[in-house]
Amino acid sequence: MTMLLEADGVGKYFGNVRALSEVSLSVRAGQVTCVLGDNGAGKSTLIKILSGVFAPDEGEVRVDGAAVRFHSPRDALSAGIATVFQDLAMVPLMAIWRNFYLGSEPTKGWGPWRRFDARAARAGTREALAAMGIDLRDPDQPVGTLSGGERQSVAIARAVHFGARVLILDEPTSALGVKQAGVVLRRVVQARERGLGVVFITHNPHHAHPVGDRFVVLNRGRLLGDFAKDEIGRDELVRLMSGGAELETLGHELERIPGIAAPTEPQAGSAPSDLRAVPAPAESQDGPEPAQTHAAPVSTESQAGPAPAEALDENG
Amino acid sequence: MTSADVAVAGPGEAGPPPGDPPEADVGAAEGRGAEAGVLTRALRRPALGALLGAVAVFVVFAVTDSTPQHLWLTQTGFQAWAQQAAFFGIMAVPVGLLMIGGEFDLSTGGMTGFCAIIMALLVGNEHWNAWAAVAVTFAFGAAIGAVNGIVVTRSGLPSFIVTLATYFVFRGLSVGGVLKVNHGSTSIGLTGTDHPGLKSAKDVFGGSFAHSNGLPAGYQDAILWFVGVTAVAVWLLGRTRFGNWVFAVGGDADAARKVGVPVRRTKVLLFMGTSTAAALVGVISFLQSNTAVSEQGVGYEFYYIIAAVVGGCLLTGGHGSALGAALGACIIGMALQGVIYSGWDSSWDFTFLGAILFLAVAVNTLTHRRAMRARR
Repeated sequence: MTMLLEADGVGKYFGNVRALSEVSLSVRAGQVTCVLGDNGAGKSTLIKILSGVFAPDEGEVRVDGAAVRFHSPRDALSAGIATVFQDLAMVPLMAIWRNFYLGSEPTKGWGPWRRFDARAARAGTREALAAMGIDLRDPDQPVGTLSGGERQSVAIARAVHFGARVLILDEPTSALGVKQAGVVLRRVVQARERGLGVVFITHNPHHAHPVGDRFVVLNRGRLLGDFAKDEIGRDELVRLMSGGAELETLGHELERIPGIAAPTEPQAGSAPSDLRAVPAPAESQDGPEPAQTHAAPVSTESQAGPAPAEALDENG
Repeated sequence: MTSADVAVAGPGEAGPPPGDPPEADVGAAEGRGAEAGVLTRALRRPALGALLGAVAVFVVFAVTDSTPQHLWLTQTGFQAWAQQAAFFGIMAVPVGLLMIGGEFDLSTGGMTGFCAIIMALLVGNEHWNAWAAVAVTFAFGAAIGAVNGIVVTRSGLPSFIVTLATYFVFRGLSVGGVLKVNHGSTSIGLTGTDHPGLKSAKDVFGGSFAHSNGLPAGYQDAILWFVGVTAVAVWLLGRTRFGNWVFAVGGDADAARKVGVPVRRTKVLLFMGTSTAAALVGVISFLQSNTAVSEQGVGYEFYYIIAAVVGGCLLTGGHGSALGAALGACIIGMALQGVIYSGWDSSWDFTFLGAILFLAVAVNTLTHRRAMRARR
């Protein structure tokens, strides 16, 4: 398979602060590469480099194997790399179809008669959304009346429709509830099915693991690990990205406080017992359901996995 | 089509406000796989409130009309308010577009008067060909809008302040400048008899049409200009890329910029729209009356803004309609004339306008909220 987009040893300084150093990742067509890391790990610096917001100080970015230097997000876009930022770049008061084609409106007619082809825009919006499995009753609805997950879905469908080959999603699930996050994960899988390379940035391993093919874990601006799906289980991922040792200590401390059986945070909850129990590579074939290896805090995990049924099926 | 809208929306609007009907409607709109309910769709149209308001105001004055022959319902009454509405509407429509684009222009009223003065100076004092004067006035108007727009978009200052400054500059010029040029008089008319092109220019801008026995004076050309400006604005806003950009820059300028909308250019063009319309009003008013007076038009900027708001344009930008702004102008025209036809004390005009403005804002906010109600 071809490498659509690669970063090779990229680094970035802001003044004396080293925000990112020696980070590499790659995205192939039809694959999802997840970039994981806690707040401040360098995720957003990395995607800004990939999406052309700024150029790396070290290393290089390659598209189809050839080194490129983006000077603006427009450059990245014309290379087929579309980024859906957290604010989505949509106008809440405007109808879906007006938003969908905003800035790239189809026109018909000539000279002063040149006009926004509203019919084509409505139909095109409907079609593009349907192709991504999004069923919206009414393209005339203002975007502001959509739920968070639907809005993300429309933004993703827009990027796909306008010819993206690589889709960079900046924390698309972070502000969403469990059900809505599931909706968005479904879109990630759909984009992958259509042969796009997807870079999926998140700090939630429970969202990343069901849909990802590769996992790049960042910590404090450095690469902590780059794993294929069959090299790492979800719990190992959880442990890695949150700094295993620190979490273990935290787990023990919390256990000593009377009245707290298991900490409420899912990551923290699963960590202490998992650390030793999970043989990372072995179980991953079965998808993210490591229940057999450890007995203790299964209940705390259940709330964390919104993984949609389809997404899991795709992985099997 | 409009009457159907009214008929459908009528019960919902007129019915008692308490909770039941809205909830039922939302339930219908949420219906799986169904298109949004008719009522929701109607409520999304910002012009609807203005249409209902216009009909209501018209009916009120038809009832309270105290003229001997009940002139309100004749051509005379129609001509009176339509003409007043035209003068407000030619401005209110572009002011509405600018408002949808997220900006204000307070210099509009002063600009109309100042443009009339330019016409008067060039035609009356300097004996220019009237058409050349018209061209210069329009160019001047467009240029002022460009200056307003560029200052606002480059400086990041609120347009409210920038155009307030422009307004004062023009107000001062229209007094001080005219007194200086005109040797102490604040009124400029035609001097002498040699005015090339004046007659044909008057025919286009300051004449009248459709003379009849019922209405010997006919209708003023301004009414046609009003219709024309409205038609162009409706087309621009609803059916062109530019219109899409207007909504976008007013709704969320950052998002618009990110998807490649030329935000600054769009706003500058909107400012040029209002100031060019001000030039049109100046040209029309001079060619109708053959005179221009210092400070004419001052204070009218608020009528334009009221008309746009009554027409459903959101003060914060991003939502509204050109047709609505035109209907808003009709409401104001009817209100000002209707007070006279009803024999009321016209000193209460402003109170009346204030009440209309408040009502319109209340209705707009409510309908808008309902149309935007999120389904979660």
